[in-house]
Amino acid sequence: MLTLSPHDLQAVALSLKVAVSATILATPAGIAIAFFLAFGKMRGKAIVEGIINLPLVLPPVVVGYLLLLSFGRNGFIGSLLNRFDIQIIFTLKAAIIASMVVGFPLLVRSIRIGMEAIDPAYFKVARTLGAGWWDSFFTIALPLCSRAIYAGMTLMFARSLGEFGATVILAGNIPGVTQTIPLAIYEYTSTPGGDSMALTLCLVSIVLSFTVLLLSEAVTKRLRKG
Amino acid sequence: MELDVHVQKKIGDFHLDCTFSLSASRAGVFGPSGSGKSTLMHLLAGLATADNGHIRLDDQILFDSSRKINKRPEERRIGVVFQHAHLFPHMSVRQNLLYGYSRTARKERKIEPEGLFKVLGVDVLKDRDVTTLSGGERQRVALARTLLTCPRLILMDEPLSGLDEERKFQIIPYLERVFGEYSIPLIFISHSLLEMRMMTEELLVMEQGSITRQLETESFARTTWDTGRKGYINLISLGLSQRHHDLFSYNWGDNCLILTEPGEAPENLFELDAREIILFKRHPEATSARNLLQCKVLQVYMSGNRARVELETGGKSLIAQIVPESVRELGIEKGSEVVAAIKASAFSRIF
Repeated sequence: MLTLSPHDLQAVALSLKVAVSATILATPAGIAIAFFLAFGKMRGKAIVEGIINLPLVLPPVVVGYLLLLSFGRNGFIGSLLNRFDIQIIFTLKAAIIASMVVGFPLLVRSIRIGMEAIDPAYFKVARTLGAGWWDSFFTIALPLCSRAIYAGMTLMFARSLGEFGATVILAGNIPGVTQTIPLAIYEYTSTPGGDSMALTLCLVSIVLSFTVLLLSEAVTKRLRKG
Repeated sequence: MELDVHVQKKIGDFHLDCTFSLSASRAGVFGPSGSGKSTLMHLLAGLATADNGHIRLDDQILFDSSRKINKRPEERRIGVVFQHAHLFPHMSVRQNLLYGYSRTARKERKIEPEGLFKVLGVDVLKDRDVTTLSGGERQRVALARTLLTCPRLILMDEPLSGLDEERKFQIIPYLERVFGEYSIPLIFISHSLLEMRMMTEELLVMEQGSITRQLETESFARTTWDTGRKGYINLISLGLSQRHHDLFSYNWGDNCLILTEPGEAPENLFELDAREIILFKRHPEATSARNLLQCKVLQVYMSGNRARVELETGGKSLIAQIVPESVRELGIEKGSEVVAAIKASAFSRIF
Protein backbone atom coordinates (compact mmCIF):
# COMPACT_ATOMS: atom_id res chain seq x y z
CA MET A 1 0.00 0.00 0.00
CA LEU A 2 2.76 2.43 0.97
CA THR A 3 4.61 2.47 -2.28
CA LEU A 4 5.41 5.60 -4.21
CA SER A 5 4.83 5.67 -7.95
CA PRO A 6 7.38 7.47 -10.17
CA HIS A 7 4.73 10.12 -10.45
CA ASP A 8 4.69 10.56 -6.65
CA LEU A 9 8.47 10.65 -6.47
CA GLN A 10 8.41 13.40 -9.07
CA ALA A 11 5.98 15.37 -6.88
CA VAL A 12 8.25 14.93 -3.84
CA ALA A 13 11.30 16.04 -5.83
CA LEU A 14 9.41 19.06 -7.20
CA SER A 15 8.22 20.01 -3.72
CA LEU A 16 11.76 19.92 -2.38
CA LYS A 17 13.05 21.85 -5.39
CA VAL A 18 10.40 24.55 -4.95
CA ALA A 19 10.87 24.83 -1.18
CA VAL A 20 14.68 24.93 -1.36
CA SER A 21 14.75 27.47 -4.22
CA ALA A 22 12.08 29.70 -2.69
CA THR A 23 13.87 29.73 0.69
CA ILE A 24 17.34 30.38 -0.73
CA LEU A 25 16.15 33.07 -3.13
CA ALA A 26 14.02 34.86 -0.55
CA THR A 27 16.52 34.85 2.34
CA PRO A 28 18.82 37.71 1.22
CA ALA A 29 15.80 39.92 0.50
CA GLY A 30 14.25 38.83 3.81
CA ILE A 31 17.39 39.85 5.70
CA ALA A 32 17.51 43.22 3.94
CA ILE A 33 13.83 44.00 4.58
CA ALA A 34 14.04 42.80 8.19
CA PHE A 35 17.09 45.03 8.73
CA PHE A 36 15.24 47.99 7.27
CA LEU A 37 12.20 47.30 9.47
CA ALA A 38 14.30 46.80 12.60
CA PHE A 39 16.76 49.68 12.26
CA GLY A 40 15.52 51.92 9.44
CA LYS A 41 14.47 55.41 10.40
CA MET A 42 12.69 56.29 7.16
CA ARG A 43 9.05 57.13 6.90
CA GLY A 44 6.68 54.66 5.34
CA LYS A 45 7.98 51.74 7.37
CA ALA A 46 4.44 50.84 8.41
CA ILE A 47 3.33 50.70 4.78
CA VAL A 48 6.21 48.44 3.76
CA GLU A 49 5.44 46.26 6.74
CA GLY A 50 1.77 46.09 5.79
CA ILE A 51 2.49 45.08 2.20
CA ILE A 52 4.96 42.40 3.31
CA ASN A 53 2.53 40.95 5.83
CA LEU A 54 -0.46 41.00 3.50
CA PRO A 55 0.06 37.44 2.17
CA LEU A 56 -0.11 36.25 5.78
CA VAL A 57 -3.69 37.40 6.20
CA LEU A 58 -5.01 37.15 2.63
CA PRO A 59 -6.37 33.82 1.39
CA PRO A 60 -3.53 32.19 -0.65
CA VAL A 61 -5.95 31.95 -3.59
CA VAL A 62 -6.27 35.75 -3.60
CA VAL A 63 -2.48 36.07 -3.52
CA GLY A 64 -2.26 33.59 -6.39
CA TYR A 65 -4.84 35.48 -8.42
CA LEU A 66 -3.07 38.83 -7.87
CA LEU A 67 0.19 37.20 -8.92
CA LEU A 68 -1.53 35.76 -11.98
CA LEU A 69 -2.71 39.24 -12.91
CA SER A 70 0.81 40.69 -12.48
CA PHE A 71 2.68 37.88 -14.20
CA GLY A 72 0.08 37.28 -16.92
CA ARG A 73 0.82 38.13 -20.54
CA ASN A 74 -0.84 41.52 -20.10
CA GLY A 75 0.21 42.00 -16.50
CA PHE A 76 2.65 44.62 -15.28
CA ILE A 77 5.56 42.24 -14.73
CA GLY A 78 4.46 39.62 -17.28
CA SER A 79 4.52 42.01 -20.22
CA LEU A 80 7.98 43.18 -19.17
CA LEU A 81 9.31 39.61 -18.96
CA ASN A 82 7.61 38.73 -22.20
CA ARG A 83 9.98 41.08 -24.03
CA PHE A 84 12.87 38.92 -22.88
CA ASP A 85 10.90 35.83 -23.84
CA ILE A 86 10.56 34.73 -20.22
CA GLN A 87 7.45 32.73 -19.44
CA ILE A 88 6.44 32.46 -15.79
CA ILE A 89 2.88 31.18 -15.59
CA PHE A 90 2.41 27.39 -15.50
CA THR A 91 6.12 26.76 -15.02
CA LEU A 92 8.25 25.71 -12.05
CA LYS A 93 9.29 29.38 -11.71
CA ALA A 94 5.67 30.25 -10.96
CA ALA A 95 5.49 27.64 -8.20
CA ILE A 96 8.70 29.07 -6.69
CA ILE A 97 7.41 32.66 -6.91
CA ALA A 98 4.08 31.68 -5.31
CA SER A 99 5.93 29.99 -2.42
CA MET A 100 8.28 32.93 -2.04
CA VAL A 101 5.49 35.47 -1.76
CA VAL A 102 3.40 33.42 0.65
CA GLY A 103 6.32 32.41 2.90
CA PHE A 104 8.09 35.80 2.86
CA PRO A 105 6.21 37.39 5.81
CA LEU A 106 7.13 34.45 8.03
CA LEU A 107 10.79 34.77 7.07
CA VAL A 108 10.91 38.54 7.60
CA ARG A 109 9.02 38.42 10.87
CA SER A 110 11.38 35.89 12.37
CA ILE A 111 14.58 37.67 11.27
CA ARG A 112 13.23 41.02 12.35
CA ILE A 113 12.56 39.80 15.89
CA GLY A 114 16.13 38.49 16.02
CA MET A 115 17.55 41.78 14.77
CA GLU A 116 15.52 43.88 17.16
CA ALA A 117 17.04 41.90 20.02
CA ILE A 118 20.55 43.06 19.04
CA ASP A 119 21.85 45.97 21.10
CA PRO A 120 22.69 48.70 18.54
CA ALA A 121 25.69 49.59 20.68
CA TYR A 122 27.52 46.59 19.19
CA PHE A 123 27.48 48.32 15.78
CA LYS A 124 28.77 51.52 17.32
CA VAL A 125 31.59 49.64 19.00
CA ALA A 126 32.46 47.85 15.76
CA ARG A 127 32.50 51.13 13.84
CA THR A 128 34.83 52.80 16.34
CA LEU A 129 37.08 49.73 16.12
CA GLY A 130 37.57 50.42 12.42
CA ALA A 131 34.86 48.29 10.81
CA GLY A 132 32.92 49.86 7.94
CA TRP A 133 29.15 49.59 7.66
CA TRP A 134 29.12 46.39 5.59
CA ASP A 135 31.91 44.90 7.68
CA SER A 136 29.94 45.44 10.88
CA PHE A 137 26.81 44.12 9.19
CA PHE A 138 28.48 40.86 8.19
CA THR A 139 30.58 40.37 11.32
CA ILE A 140 28.14 41.63 13.98
CA ALA A 141 24.53 41.82 12.78
CA LEU A 142 24.33 38.59 10.79
CA PRO A 143 26.08 36.30 13.29
CA LEU A 144 24.10 37.76 16.20
CA CYS A 145 20.79 36.97 14.53
CA SER A 146 21.85 33.75 12.83
CA ARG A 147 19.42 31.72 14.91
CA ALA A 148 16.54 33.98 13.92
CA ILE A 149 17.57 33.78 10.25
CA TYR A 150 17.70 30.03 10.49
CA ALA A 151 14.32 29.85 12.23
CA GLY A 152 12.81 32.08 9.55
CA MET A 153 14.26 29.91 6.80
CA THR A 154 12.80 26.81 8.44
CA LEU A 155 9.37 28.38 8.67
CA MET A 156 9.56 29.49 5.07
CA PHE A 157 10.72 26.08 3.91
CA ALA A 158 7.90 24.33 5.76
CA ARG A 159 5.36 26.83 4.44
CA SER A 160 6.64 26.27 0.89
CA LEU A 161 6.30 22.50 1.24
CA GLY A 162 2.64 22.94 2.07
CA GLU A 163 1.83 25.78 -0.33
CA PHE A 164 -1.29 25.05 -2.37
CA GLY A 165 -3.67 27.94 -3.05
CA ALA A 166 -1.36 30.45 -4.71
CA THR A 167 0.56 27.72 -6.52
CA VAL A 168 -2.46 26.07 -8.11
CA ILE A 169 -3.57 29.40 -9.55
CA LEU A 170 -0.21 30.73 -10.74
CA ALA A 171 1.53 27.49 -11.70
CA GLY A 172 -1.38 25.19 -12.36
CA ASN A 173 -1.39 21.50 -11.51
CA ILE A 174 0.78 19.96 -14.22
CA PRO A 175 2.28 16.57 -13.28
CA GLY A 176 6.04 16.58 -13.60
CA VAL A 177 6.20 20.35 -14.08
CA THR A 178 4.41 22.12 -11.25
CA GLN A 179 2.65 19.36 -9.38
CA THR A 180 4.06 19.43 -5.83
CA ILE A 181 2.94 17.10 -3.01
CA PRO A 182 -0.17 19.08 -1.94
CA LEU A 183 -1.31 19.40 -5.56
CA ALA A 184 -0.77 15.67 -6.14
CA ILE A 185 -2.78 14.85 -3.01
CA TYR A 186 -5.55 17.12 -4.23
CA GLU A 187 -5.58 15.32 -7.57
CA TYR A 188 -5.68 11.89 -5.90
CA THR A 189 -8.57 12.86 -3.63
CA SER A 190 -10.62 13.97 -6.60
CA THR A 191 -9.87 10.77 -8.53
CA PRO A 192 -12.01 7.66 -7.78
CA GLY A 193 -9.88 5.09 -5.92
CA GLY A 194 -7.05 7.52 -5.25
CA ASP A 195 -7.50 7.48 -1.46
CA SER A 196 -4.65 5.15 -0.59
CA MET A 197 -2.26 7.00 -2.84
CA ALA A 198 -3.32 10.30 -1.26
CA LEU A 199 -2.69 8.78 2.15
CA THR A 200 0.79 7.62 1.13
CA LEU A 201 1.69 11.14 0.02
CA CYS A 202 0.21 12.51 3.23
CA LEU A 203 2.57 10.25 5.17
CA VAL A 204 5.51 11.43 3.03
CA SER A 205 4.47 14.99 3.78
CA ILE A 206 4.35 14.32 7.53
CA VAL A 207 7.77 12.63 7.47
CA LEU A 208 9.28 15.51 5.47
CA SER A 209 7.88 18.19 7.77
CA PHE A 210 8.92 16.29 10.87
CA THR A 211 12.46 15.88 9.52
CA VAL A 212 12.64 19.61 8.84
CA LEU A 213 11.55 20.33 12.42
CA LEU A 214 14.07 17.90 13.91
CA LEU A 215 16.89 19.23 11.78
CA SER A 216 16.00 22.79 12.64
CA GLU A 217 16.00 21.97 16.37
CA ALA A 218 19.41 20.34 16.09
CA VAL A 219 20.92 23.28 14.22
CA THR A 220 19.39 25.83 16.59
CA LYS A 221 20.89 23.95 19.53
CA ARG A 222 24.29 23.96 17.89
CA LEU A 223 24.05 27.68 17.12
CA ARG A 224 23.08 28.40 20.71
CA LYS A 225 26.12 26.50 21.95
CA GLY A 226 28.46 28.06 19.41
CA MET B 1 47.00 66.29 20.91
CA GLU B 2 45.14 69.38 19.77
CA LEU B 3 41.39 69.07 19.74
CA ASP B 4 39.34 71.99 18.58
CA VAL B 5 35.58 71.65 18.79
CA HIS B 6 32.58 73.79 18.05
CA VAL B 7 29.39 71.77 17.68
CA GLN B 8 25.67 72.38 17.86
CA LYS B 9 22.98 69.77 17.85
CA LYS B 10 19.29 69.77 18.65
CA ILE B 11 17.68 66.57 19.88
CA GLY B 12 14.02 67.12 20.72
CA ASP B 13 13.97 69.89 23.32
CA PHE B 14 17.63 69.46 24.18
CA HIS B 15 20.19 71.82 22.68
CA LEU B 16 23.86 70.96 22.67
CA ASP B 17 26.19 73.87 22.00
CA CYS B 18 29.83 73.24 22.87
CA THR B 19 32.96 75.18 22.06
CA PHE B 20 36.35 74.23 23.45
CA SER B 21 39.98 73.52 22.65
CA LEU B 22 41.91 70.83 24.44
CA SER B 23 45.58 70.05 24.54
CA ALA B 24 45.89 68.15 27.84
CA SER B 25 46.70 64.49 27.34
CA ARG B 26 44.24 63.51 30.08
CA ALA B 27 41.10 65.56 30.02
CA GLY B 28 37.68 65.00 31.47
CA VAL B 29 34.15 65.97 30.58
CA PHE B 30 32.33 66.40 33.85
CA GLY B 31 28.66 67.04 34.39
CA PRO B 32 25.45 65.63 35.78
CA SER B 33 23.37 63.03 33.94
CA GLY B 34 21.51 64.57 31.03
CA SER B 35 23.99 67.40 30.56
CA GLY B 36 24.94 66.13 27.10
CA LYS B 37 28.24 64.38 27.85
CA SER B 38 27.35 61.24 25.93
CA THR B 39 25.95 63.22 23.00
CA LEU B 40 29.23 65.13 22.80
CA MET B 41 31.13 61.83 22.84
CA HIS B 42 28.97 60.48 20.01
CA LEU B 43 29.66 63.60 17.96
CA LEU B 44 33.41 63.34 18.53
CA ALA B 45 33.47 59.66 17.59
CA GLY B 46 31.34 60.20 14.51
CA LEU B 47 28.50 58.04 15.83
CA ALA B 48 26.16 61.03 15.54
CA THR B 49 26.30 64.07 13.29
CA ALA B 50 26.19 67.63 14.55
CA ASP B 51 23.76 70.08 12.93
CA ASN B 52 26.44 72.76 12.77
CA GLY B 53 30.06 73.39 13.56
CA HIS B 54 33.43 71.73 13.21
CA ILE B 55 35.69 69.19 14.93
CA ARG B 56 39.41 69.26 14.30
CA LEU B 57 41.87 66.75 15.75
CA ASP B 58 45.51 67.80 15.29
CA ASP B 59 45.73 68.76 11.62
CA GLN B 60 42.78 66.72 10.43
CA ILE B 61 39.27 68.03 10.06
CA LEU B 62 36.87 65.33 11.24
CA PHE B 63 33.73 67.34 10.77
CA ASP B 64 32.92 70.66 9.19
CA SER B 65 29.32 71.44 8.38
CA SER B 66 30.16 74.42 6.15
CA ARG B 67 32.61 72.39 4.05
CA LYS B 68 30.41 69.28 4.15
CA ILE B 69 33.16 67.18 5.70
CA ASN B 70 32.04 64.34 7.94
CA LYS B 71 34.55 61.54 8.44
CA ARG B 72 33.01 58.15 9.15
CA PRO B 73 33.66 56.66 12.61
CA GLU B 74 36.06 54.06 11.19
CA GLU B 75 38.09 56.81 9.49
CA ARG B 76 38.41 59.02 12.56
CA ARG B 77 40.61 56.63 14.55
CA ILE B 78 39.04 57.72 17.80
CA GLY B 79 38.67 54.82 20.23
CA VAL B 80 35.65 54.60 22.47
CA VAL B 81 35.22 52.60 25.66
CA PHE B 82 31.56 52.58 26.56
CA GLN B 83 29.90 52.42 29.96
CA HIS B 84 29.14 48.76 29.43
CA ALA B 85 32.00 46.92 27.80
CA HIS B 86 29.84 45.63 24.93
CA LEU B 87 32.07 42.67 24.20
CA PHE B 88 30.74 40.88 21.13
CA PRO B 89 28.87 37.92 22.61
CA HIS B 90 29.34 35.66 19.59
CA MET B 91 33.12 35.92 19.71
CA SER B 92 35.72 34.59 22.11
CA VAL B 93 37.70 36.97 24.30
CA ARG B 94 40.64 36.57 21.90
CA GLN B 95 38.51 37.40 18.85
CA ASN B 96 37.11 40.40 20.68
CA LEU B 97 40.59 41.62 21.55
CA LEU B 98 41.80 41.35 17.97
CA TYR B 99 38.65 42.66 16.22
CA GLY B 100 39.97 46.19 15.88
CA TYR B 101 43.64 45.19 15.61
CA SER B 102 43.01 43.13 12.50
CA ARG B 103 41.26 46.13 10.95
CA THR B 104 44.10 48.53 11.73
CA ALA B 105 46.60 49.26 8.96
CA ARG B 106 49.97 47.61 9.63
CA LYS B 107 51.82 50.92 9.72
CA GLU B 108 49.44 52.21 12.39
CA ARG B 109 49.90 49.23 14.70
CA LYS B 110 52.20 50.64 17.33
CA ILE B 111 51.08 48.59 20.30
CA GLU B 112 52.27 45.04 20.60
CA PRO B 113 49.25 42.91 21.67
CA GLU B 114 51.00 40.52 24.07
CA GLY B 115 52.69 43.36 25.95
CA LEU B 116 49.40 45.23 26.32
CA PHE B 117 47.59 42.09 27.48
CA LYS B 118 50.14 41.78 30.28
CA VAL B 119 49.82 45.42 31.34
CA LEU B 120 46.03 45.10 31.50
CA GLY B 121 46.10 41.62 32.99
CA VAL B 122 43.96 40.18 30.20
CA ASP B 123 46.49 37.60 29.01
CA VAL B 124 44.96 35.09 31.42
CA LEU B 125 41.45 35.81 30.13
CA LYS B 126 42.07 35.18 26.43
CA ASP B 127 40.76 31.65 26.40
CA ARG B 128 37.74 32.33 28.60
CA ASP B 129 34.18 32.66 27.36
CA VAL B 130 33.01 36.27 27.17
CA THR B 131 29.96 35.50 29.34
CA THR B 132 32.09 34.26 32.25
CA LEU B 133 34.03 37.51 32.75
CA SER B 134 33.35 39.84 35.66
CA GLY B 135 32.42 43.49 35.05
CA GLY B 136 35.97 44.71 35.67
CA GLU B 137 37.47 42.01 33.45
CA ARG B 138 35.05 42.87 30.64
CA GLN B 139 35.97 46.53 30.90
CA ARG B 140 39.70 45.70 30.75
CA VAL B 141 39.15 43.51 27.68
CA ALA B 142 37.13 46.33 26.07
CA LEU B 143 39.92 48.79 26.82
CA ALA B 144 42.56 46.45 25.37
CA ARG B 145 40.40 45.92 22.28
CA THR B 146 40.18 49.68 21.76
CA LEU B 147 43.85 50.37 22.53
CA LEU B 148 45.00 47.80 19.97
CA THR B 149 43.57 49.97 17.19
CA CYS B 150 46.17 52.57 18.29
CA PRO B 151 43.64 55.39 18.26
CA ARG B 152 44.74 59.01 18.16
CA LEU B 153 42.40 59.71 21.06
CA ILE B 154 40.46 57.52 23.46
CA LEU B 155 37.05 58.47 24.79
CA MET B 156 35.93 56.67 27.92
CA ASP B 157 32.23 57.12 28.63
CA GLU B 158 31.51 56.48 32.31
CA PRO B 159 33.63 53.30 32.19
CA LEU B 160 33.35 52.71 35.93
CA SER B 161 29.66 53.25 36.48
CA GLY B 162 28.72 49.83 35.12
CA LEU B 163 30.96 48.10 37.67
CA ASP B 164 30.29 46.84 41.20
CA GLU B 165 30.45 49.66 43.69
CA GLU B 166 32.89 47.76 45.90
CA ARG B 167 35.42 46.84 43.28
CA LYS B 168 35.03 49.47 40.62
CA PHE B 169 38.20 51.35 41.45
CA GLN B 170 40.33 48.24 41.06
CA ILE B 171 40.53 49.05 37.36
CA ILE B 172 42.16 52.45 38.03
CA PRO B 173 45.73 51.11 38.52
CA TYR B 174 45.41 49.30 35.16
CA LEU B 175 44.26 52.53 33.52
CA GLU B 176 47.09 54.47 35.09
CA ARG B 177 49.61 51.90 33.93
CA VAL B 178 48.26 51.69 30.41
CA PHE B 179 47.99 55.45 29.86
CA GLY B 180 51.41 55.87 31.42
CA GLU B 181 53.00 53.29 29.17
CA TYR B 182 51.30 54.14 25.88
CA SER B 183 50.96 57.84 25.39
CA ILE B 184 47.45 57.96 23.97
CA PRO B 185 45.43 61.08 24.80
CA LEU B 186 42.34 60.41 26.86
CA ILE B 187 39.01 62.12 27.32
CA PHE B 188 37.30 60.69 30.35
CA ILE B 189 33.57 61.26 30.68
CA SER B 190 32.00 60.96 34.09
CA HIS B 191 29.71 62.51 36.66
CA SER B 192 31.99 61.43 39.50
CA LEU B 193 34.48 64.01 40.71
CA LEU B 194 36.46 61.32 42.48
CA GLU B 195 37.00 59.43 39.20
CA MET B 196 37.93 62.67 37.49
CA ARG B 197 40.55 63.46 40.10
CA MET B 198 42.07 60.02 39.67
CA MET B 199 42.08 60.03 35.86
CA THR B 200 42.37 63.57 34.52
CA GLU B 201 44.46 66.73 34.64
CA GLU B 202 42.06 69.12 32.99
CA LEU B 203 38.28 69.34 33.11
CA LEU B 204 35.55 70.57 30.86
CA VAL B 205 32.52 71.19 33.03
CA MET B 206 29.32 70.58 31.16
CA GLU B 207 25.92 71.91 32.14
CA GLN B 208 22.71 71.76 30.13
CA GLY B 209 24.40 71.12 26.83
CA SER B 210 27.27 73.57 27.03
CA ILE B 211 30.77 73.73 28.41
CA THR B 212 30.60 76.27 31.21
CA ARG B 213 34.13 76.02 32.57
CA GLN B 214 37.51 74.63 31.57
CA LEU B 215 40.09 74.32 34.35
CA GLU B 216 42.54 72.04 36.11
CA THR B 217 40.83 69.08 37.77
CA GLU B 218 42.38 69.79 41.15
CA SER B 219 41.36 73.45 41.07
CA PHE B 220 37.83 72.37 40.22
CA ALA B 221 37.79 69.90 43.12
CA ARG B 222 38.84 72.70 45.43
CA THR B 223 36.14 75.05 44.19
CA THR B 224 33.33 72.56 44.67
CA TRP B 225 33.90 72.04 48.38
CA ASP B 226 31.54 74.81 49.45
CA THR B 227 28.69 73.75 47.18
CA GLY B 228 28.53 70.06 47.96
CA ARG B 229 27.30 68.71 51.26
CA LYS B 230 30.30 66.39 51.39
CA GLY B 231 33.63 67.76 52.54
CA TYR B 232 36.70 67.86 50.37
CA ILE B 233 38.27 64.45 49.86
CA ASN B 234 42.05 64.21 50.11
CA LEU B 235 43.37 61.50 47.80
CA ILE B 236 46.44 59.90 49.33
CA SER B 237 48.51 57.64 47.13
CA LEU B 238 50.72 55.26 49.11
CA GLY B 239 53.16 52.49 48.31
CA LEU B 240 53.77 49.19 50.08
CA SER B 241 53.11 49.13 53.80
CA GLN B 242 55.20 47.79 56.66
CA ARG B 243 53.82 46.22 59.80
CA HIS B 244 53.72 48.54 62.75
CA HIS B 245 52.53 46.51 65.76
CA ASP B 246 48.99 45.63 64.72
CA LEU B 247 48.77 48.59 62.32
CA PHE B 248 50.54 49.45 59.07
CA SER B 249 52.98 52.21 58.31
CA TYR B 250 53.53 53.90 54.95
CA ASN B 251 56.01 56.45 53.67
CA TRP B 252 54.29 59.61 52.53
CA GLY B 253 56.66 62.36 51.43
CA ASP B 254 59.01 62.96 54.38
CA ASN B 255 56.38 61.73 56.82
CA CYS B 256 55.28 58.33 57.93
CA LEU B 257 51.55 57.54 58.09
CA ILE B 258 49.96 54.90 60.29
CA LEU B 259 46.83 53.25 58.92
CA THR B 260 44.60 50.40 59.96
CA GLU B 261 44.62 48.99 56.45
CA PRO B 262 47.51 47.06 54.92
CA GLY B 263 48.94 47.95 51.52
CA GLU B 264 49.97 44.77 49.77
CA ALA B 265 50.00 46.17 46.23
CA PRO B 266 52.70 48.55 45.03
CA GLU B 267 50.06 51.25 44.51
CA ASN B 268 47.32 52.01 47.01
CA LEU B 269 44.92 54.92 46.96
CA PHE B 270 43.13 56.08 50.08
CA GLU B 271 40.59 58.81 50.62
CA LEU B 272 40.70 61.07 53.62
CA ASP B 273 37.79 63.37 54.31
CA ALA B 274 39.00 66.90 55.09
CA ARG B 275 36.60 66.95 58.08
CA GLU B 276 38.46 64.04 59.69
CA ILE B 277 41.57 66.15 60.26
CA ILE B 278 41.88 67.90 63.62
CA LEU B 279 44.28 70.84 63.92
CA PHE B 280 46.29 71.70 67.04
CA LYS B 281 48.23 74.83 67.68
CA ARG B 282 51.04 72.91 69.36
CA HIS B 283 52.07 69.30 69.48
CA PRO B 284 49.59 67.64 71.86
CA GLU B 285 51.06 65.73 74.75
CA ALA B 286 49.08 62.61 74.13
CA THR B 287 46.30 61.73 71.70
CA SER B 288 44.52 58.67 70.48
CA ALA B 289 45.11 59.74 66.86
CA ARG B 290 48.05 57.77 65.44
CA ASN B 291 49.18 60.43 63.00
CA LEU B 292 50.46 63.81 64.13
CA LEU B 293 51.87 65.82 61.26
CA GLN B 294 53.74 69.09 61.58
CA CYS B 295 52.19 71.33 58.88
CA LYS B 296 52.59 74.78 57.44
CA VAL B 297 49.42 76.67 56.43
CA LEU B 298 49.56 77.63 52.75
CA GLN B 299 46.16 79.21 52.39
CA VAL B 300 42.90 79.66 54.29
CA TYR B 301 39.58 79.91 52.43
CA MET B 302 36.37 80.88 54.17
CA SER B 303 32.94 79.93 53.00
CA GLY B 304 29.94 80.55 55.22
CA ASN B 305 30.44 78.76 58.52
CA ARG B 306 33.24 76.56 57.22
CA ALA B 307 36.91 77.14 56.56
CA ARG B 308 39.25 75.18 54.36
CA VAL B 309 42.88 75.15 55.37
CA GLU B 310 45.45 74.16 52.78
CA LEU B 311 48.45 72.58 54.48
CA GLU B 312 51.93 71.54 53.44
CA THR B 313 53.61 68.70 55.25
CA GLY B 314 56.78 66.82 54.33
CA GLY B 315 56.51 67.90 50.70
CA LYS B 316 52.85 66.83 50.35
CA SER B 317 49.69 68.88 50.50
CA LEU B 318 46.66 68.22 52.61
CA ILE B 319 43.36 70.00 53.04
CA ALA B 320 41.56 70.22 56.36
CA GLN B 321 38.07 71.54 56.92
CA ILE B 322 37.31 73.31 60.18
CA VAL B 323 34.98 76.09 61.32
CA PRO B 324 35.86 79.82 61.27
CA GLU B 325 35.72 80.00 65.06
CA SER B 326 38.59 77.50 65.27
CA VAL B 327 40.54 79.54 62.73
CA ARG B 328 40.25 82.58 64.96
CA GLU B 329 40.99 80.77 68.23
CA LEU B 330 44.04 79.00 66.86
CA GLY B 331 45.18 82.12 65.01
CA ILE B 332 45.46 80.19 61.77
CA GLU B 333 46.73 82.28 58.88
CA LYS B 334 48.93 81.92 55.87
CA GLY B 335 52.40 80.80 56.99
CA SER B 336 51.46 79.68 60.51
CA GLU B 337 52.48 76.29 61.88
CA VAL B 338 49.93 73.73 63.07
CA VAL B 339 49.83 70.06 63.93
CA ALA B 340 47.32 67.90 62.10
CA ALA B 341 45.98 64.87 63.94
CA ILE B 342 44.52 62.06 61.87
CA LYS B 343 43.18 58.76 63.16
CA ALA B 344 44.62 55.58 61.66
CA SER B 345 41.09 54.50 60.74
CA ALA B 346 40.21 57.76 58.97
CA PHE B 347 41.75 56.57 55.73
CA SER B 348 39.47 54.48 53.58
CA ARG B 349 40.77 52.47 50.70
CA ILE B 350 39.74 53.27 47.12
CA PHE B 351 41.94 50.57 45.62
